[in-house]
Amino acid sequence: MLKLTSLTKHYQEVAALSAVSFHVAPGERVALLGHNGAGKSTLMKIVLGLIPYDAGQVSVLGAAPGSAQARAGVAYLPENVAFHPALTGEEQIRLFLSLRGEDPAKARGLLDRVGLHGAARRRIGTYSKGMRQRVGLAQALVGHPKLLILDEPTSGLDPVSRRDFYALLDELAAEGAAILLSSHALTEVEARTDRIVILSGGHLVATGTLSTLRSEADLPVTMQITPAFGQAATVADSLPEAVLQVAQFHLCVSQGQKLAFLARITALGEAVTDLELIPPSLEDIYSHFSRRDGQ
Amino acid sequence: MTAILALARAEFRIAARNRWLAIAAVLMVVFALILTAAGSGPTGSLGVDRLSVTVASLTSLSVYLVPLIALLLSFDAVAGEAERGTLSLILTYPIGRGQILAGKAVAHLAILTLALIAGYGTAGVAAFLLDPTSVQGLGALVRLIWTSVALGATFLGLGYAISARAKRPSGAAGLAIGLWLLAVVLYDLALLAAVVADNGGLFTKQVFPLTLLANPADAFRLYNLAASQATAVAAGVAAAAQSVPVWQSAASVLIWPLVSGGLALLSFRKVVP
Repeated sequence: MLKLTSLTKHYQEVAALSAVSFHVAPGERVALLGHNGAGKSTLMKIVLGLIPYDAGQVSVLGAAPGSAQARAGVAYLPENVAFHPALTGEEQIRLFLSLRGEDPAKARGLLDRVGLHGAARRRIGTYSKGMRQRVGLAQALVGHPKLLILDEPTSGLDPVSRRDFYALLDELAAEGAAILLSSHALTEVEARTDRIVILSGGHLVATGTLSTLRSEADLPVTMQITPAFGQAATVADSLPEAVLQVAQFHLCVSQGQKLAFLARITALGEAVTDLELIPPSLEDIYSHFSRRDGQ
Repeated sequence: MTAILALARAEFRIAARNRWLAIAAVLMVVFALILTAAGSGPTGSLGVDRLSVTVASLTSLSVYLVPLIALLLSFDAVAGEAERGTLSLILTYPIGRGQILAGKAVAHLAILTLALIAGYGTAGVAAFLLDPTSVQGLGALVRLIWTSVALGATFLGLGYAISARAKRPSGAAGLAIGLWLLAVVLYDLALLAAVVADNGGLFTKQVFPLTLLANPADAFRLYNLAASQATAVAAGVAAAAQSVPVWQSAASVLIWPLVSGGLALLSFRKVVP
C-alpha cells in the first residue's frame, strides 16, 4: 500500500527527513511517533503529494504520490482541522462525498458511523473539539480508502472518544485498509497499533511492535520489595544492591538479571511480604529511542 | 463538473449564512433607489430619459461598489482554507486546483449577480414608474448589469490571487483593501494629476487612453458611458477620454476577467500547503 525507500527531504540547509524507509501493508495499523518537528507531518505531506521530496522513492498504492490513482485511494485527516463553522456536519460530508464522486446521500450513514448521528443537522460552529475531529474522521471514510493518513488524530480527544476512534480503526484494518497515524505520545497509541515507527530529527530511529521495541530498548525493571516487620536487616543483607526508601526496598535491574533477582527474593521466604514489579513505562521506551540522536 | 457544482453549492451556503448575499443586495438596492431619486433633477434640461440618467449615476457608483463587494467575497477564499487547515485536505481529494477555484467563483459570481440584479432592477422599475419613457434606457441597464458582472468577475479573480499569496486572512484583507484603493481611487487621481501636469501634451493624447483601458474599473466606466452616450451627464476622467473607441473599452471589460482568472490560477498553483 505504502512503501518509502530512503526518503530524504531538505528545507534549505535543514534536513527534515534523512533516508527514511518503511512500509505499510494492507490491513496494517502503523503508528508514526516523534517530537514536534521530528518530520512526521513532512513525511505525511510527501506521501499525500502535497510537497515534493529530494531523494529516495515513494510508492503510494503502486503509483506516485499525488497522482490521480494515489489520490483516488488515499484519505487524509489533517492535524487540528477546523471545517467551516457555517456548514452543518451533514452538508460538509455531502460536499466531500461529491468531491470523490460518491452519492451525497451516504452522508448520514458516515456520520452515524462516527457517532455524530444527533448533530448531523447542527452547524459545525456549535461542535466540540471531539465532534469536529469526528467530522474529519467521517470525511476520511468517504469512498472506502485503501490507505488512511491520519495526522495526530487523537490529540485533544477524551478517553472515551479515543477508544471509539481506535475501535473504528480496527474495523477499517479488518476490511483491509492500511493505516498510518502519527502521534507525539506512545501512551496514546499503545496496544492499538500493529507496528510503531519512531522518527527523531528526521531519522528513523526505531521500528517494530511494542514488544520488540521494549526488548530492544532493554530498559531496567524496578522492583519494590516490602520486608516483613523487623526483617528489614535480613533483606538488606541479602540484597545489598537495593535502596531503602520509606520502608520499601527499591531495586533497579536489567532485563537479563530480572529472573536471577526474582529467585533471590523468593528465597528470602517469610522475610518479604510483598513484591511489586514495575516494567519500563511506554514513555520511558519512547524517550529512550527519541533521545538516542542526542536530542 | 459535479465537483465544481458541489463546491459552489457549499460556498453559496456559506456566503448566504454569513449574510454576504443580504448585505450585498441591500447595499445595491439602497444606493440604486437613492440615485434614482436624486437623478430626477437634470432630466428635463438634458432631454434624456430618467433611466439613462440613473444608469450614468449607477455606473459611477458601481466602479466603487462592485470591486469592493467582489474583493470582500474573495479575499478569504484560499487564505481562510489555509488557516482552518482544510486547504491541505481538499488538495488531497481527486480534484484539480482549477476546479476548486471554479467552484468558488461560480458561487461568488452568483451572489454578485443576484445583488446586482436586485439593485439595478429596483432602479429600473423605479425609473419606469416615474417616467414611462425610461424604456429607451433599458439597453443601457442591461449593458450595465453584464459589464458589472464582468467587473465583479475581474475583481473576484484578483481577490483569489491575493488570497493565495497572502497565507493568512488578515493579510489578504489588507492587500484586498490596498488593491481596491489603488485600482478605483489612486489610479484615477494619479492619471488626473498627470493629465493636468501634461497640459494637453503627448501623454494626454497617446498614453492616457491606454492607461484607462489598462484599468478594469476605468474600462468599465468608459464603456458604459460611451456606449450609452450618457457622457453628457458624466464629468471628469471619463468625459476627457471620448477619443477611445467603444470596441476597445468593451474588449478590455471582457478580457480582464480572463486575465484575472489566469492570475488567480497561477497564484493558487504556487501555493504549498
